[in-house]
Amino acid sequence: MTTDLPPLDELVACPQCDTLHRAHSLPDNARAHCKRCGIVIMTSQPAAMARILSLALTAFIMMIAAISFPFLTLDAGGLHNATSVLDAVLAFNDGYAFPLAVAVAFFIVVIPLIRLGALIYALGPLVREQKPREGARTAFAIAERLRPWSMAEIFIVGVTVALIKVAGLAAVTIGPAFWAFAGVVVITVLKDQLICRYSIWEVLDKATR
Amino acid sequence: MGSAGQSDALITARDAGLVACQQCGQVHRLEARICTRCNGPLRSRDAESLQKVWAWLIAGMIAYIPANLYPMLLTSTLVERSESTIIGGVVELFEHGSWGIATIVFAASVMIPVGKFIAIIYLALSVQRHSEQNRHERHKAYEVVEFIGRWSMIDVFVVAILSALVQLDTIATVNPGIAAVSFALSVIFTMLSAQAFDSRMIWDADRTKA
Ligand SMILES: [Zn+2]
Ligand SMILES: [Zn+2]
Repeated sequence: MTTDLPPLDELVACPQCDTLHRAHSLPDNARAHCKRCGIVIMTSQPAAMARILSLALTAFIMMIAAISFPFLTLDAGGLHNATSVLDAVLAFNDGYAFPLAVAVAFFIVVIPLIRLGALIYALGPLVREQKPREGARTAFAIAERLRPWSMAEIFIVGVTVALIKVAGLAAVTIGPAFWAFAGVVVITVLKDQLICRYSIWEVLDKATR
Repeated sequence: MGSAGQSDALITARDAGLVACQQCGQVHRLEARICTRCNGPLRSRDAESLQKVWAWLIAGMIAYIPANLYPMLLTSTLVERSESTIIGGVVELFEHGSWGIATIVFAASVMIPVGKFIAIIYLALSVQRHSEQNRHERHKAYEVVEFIGRWSMIDVFVVAILSALVQLDTIATVNPGIAAVSFALSVIFTMLSAQAFDSRMIWDADRTKA
């Protein structure tokens, strides 16, 4: 069975079922699926690297806007309460709920920012066809490892549910930060779809050598 | 490449006496410990995978109990103080006629967590029994669990936003209940459980038994 294996560099294994495949270069806009379990092993999109980088930069800037501007404002009976994204996080700040405040802050702001920052750090020089920065591989690994823990898109759905819940009680005004945050979510989804781990690792590896 | 294998016989890296990096797909000799391409750790199979899956899963299930028994939200208005649990909140939304939102909250807070517990138990047991049945279905189940589990967090974020927003001194205030903490922990623990599951084991059964 192991007799005529091609050189190891020409092989790629499915990360989810361990099945070996021979790696070929893909035509543009194609996806290669695992023959056994069907997951996408690689994709090929023209200029993906440059598009990923520009989307990540845009999302990073919009995220900064989302945490600096007013998010939601509530008016009822002459009283007024403006809330930023950080206020929403700090709602849990007393006593037993404090660890939760930290976790929510991480899920909706800190981890998304770390992911974007790490990606920009790792891919920036590659787009300009320079040598990767020190630690670029670690940065990209962190960005991908943290993917499930970045929950900005879930947060925006939660906000929508909360808005409908209070709609009857008080007047809610949606601030610019809400739209910035929604923008971050959309851009992040687009960006993550462009990421082909296999190709980025290959590029990072070859550029380092 | 459609995805070119070795003719039609699909063999795994382990069958070929190799070890594959789960982070980047690069294949190495079995003795290798660190991936040369991405510096990731190489393990042909994670021997403690199931142990970790069960430990996190049980922690997640335990945390889910107080999440349902204790209040999620503490609301006080001029006229009354009330506490609502997860289910209480869903019932309230139904009574207000917000069917869509009630369904979303019910799905995120009850159906997804419970479905996830059942799916992980099933996956872990079938791997322990070296089952060869329904591999494709089980792999699909694993993908769905990985993808959808995080969405349970919706209710925690709803509580966060409401407690921040509804702070109108005398008229109405909303504060988080202890259930919000245990519910969040339950979601985190079950996510860790699903991540600990080594999906390659689903496809190993025929060989591990032999
Ligand atoms: Zn596969
Ligand atoms: Zn690797």
